[in-house]
Amino acid sequence: MILLKLFYEFFKIGLFAIGGGAATIPFLSSLSDATGWFTKTDLANMIAISESTPGAIGVNMSSYVGFEVYGIAGCVTATLGLVAPSVIIIIIVAGFLKRFRENSTVKSVFYGLRPASTGLIAAAAFEIVKLSLINIDAFCASGILMELFNIKNIILFIILFAAMRKWKLHPVFYIGAAAIVGIIFKL
Amino acid sequence: MKLLLDLYLVFFRMGIVCFGGGYALLPIIQREVVDKRGYATAEEINDYFAIGQCTPGVISVNVATFVGYKQKGIAGGIVATLGFITPSILIIAIVAAFISNFADIQAVRHAFSAIRVCVCVLIIEAVLKFRKSSVIDILTAVICIAVFIAASFTDVSPVILVIFAGAAGVIYKKIGGKH
Repeated sequence: MILLKLFYEFFKIGLFAIGGGAATIPFLSSLSDATGWFTKTDLANMIAISESTPGAIGVNMSSYVGFEVYGIAGCVTATLGLVAPSVIIIIIVAGFLKRFRENSTVKSVFYGLRPASTGLIAAAAFEIVKLSLINIDAFCASGILMELFNIKNIILFIILFAAMRKWKLHPVFYIGAAAIVGIIFKL
Repeated sequence: MKLLLDLYLVFFRMGIVCFGGGYALLPIIQREVVDKRGYATAEEINDYFAIGQCTPGVISVNVATFVGYKQKGIAGGIVATLGFITPSILIIAIVAAFISNFADIQAVRHAFSAIRVCVCVLIIEAVLKFRKSSVIDILTAVICIAVFIAASFTDVSPVILVIFAGAAGVIYKKIGGKH
């Protein structure tokens, strides 16, 4: 019974959270109020762990909440609930696209959509740049210009950027190398 | 059957190496799906991201479903998605069961701080690649910059931005643009 409820709750989140993993957080917050399955402190921990393990954040969140509520079965059920609406909707959209791909209106829509998608991804990149290279809080607190920049991270950024330009290795190689550098140099 | 298994495994691998949310998936999907296997073109991946942004659900799951569907219909869409979420389920179950303070471990924090820097570079590389196929004239350049500014500095929902951009494309082509 609780599994059914888990599936239903996460199906709802999957259906209404538009715009990626972070969009699930407000829904989980109200789920915590409504069910008492986990506290707000638990939620904060879950967010931290979801962000520091591989995988999409929304999927990690549903796995975590599901596990806390009902072990492995809960973990699988909550995540399947979360992705079920995506799968259904995307299959419908993809089927539609396949039939109307050559339609001139559909083509014009995509002509406008593609640069928008690029712009949105650039905005996501900008968010992460702010988060990892710049230290606005420390700068505001101290007023020292040097504290605005996270020097170690910026050096790593430049090295990685140059390395990626020079050697077209698999992205995973750079992620692994960065992780090791991070541990050694305490970034 | 072999294609389904391959889809599952490709997306399983992506689920393992996708750090820092859906956008980090981009460079890896470009490498694995576009360059290596030709399951989709770079342009199609950009389309999938655009649609994934304005349809419900996790963006990377939407993209996985799209790629799977394109290769092998409904079964492909489901299998690719299952492949992508399996590592999350396994890893989170292990972390939740055994390591209660995982996110507080110093080494994990340092590693992730550096991984975030790496993800920055990877996403910027992906944006530069996408720019080539999406920003092709003045209107598309204006759309790209306007969306970037609106998404970075205002609270306007990405859904609205994507709808406006699509409408702008249609109006422009109807009024006088040529196909």
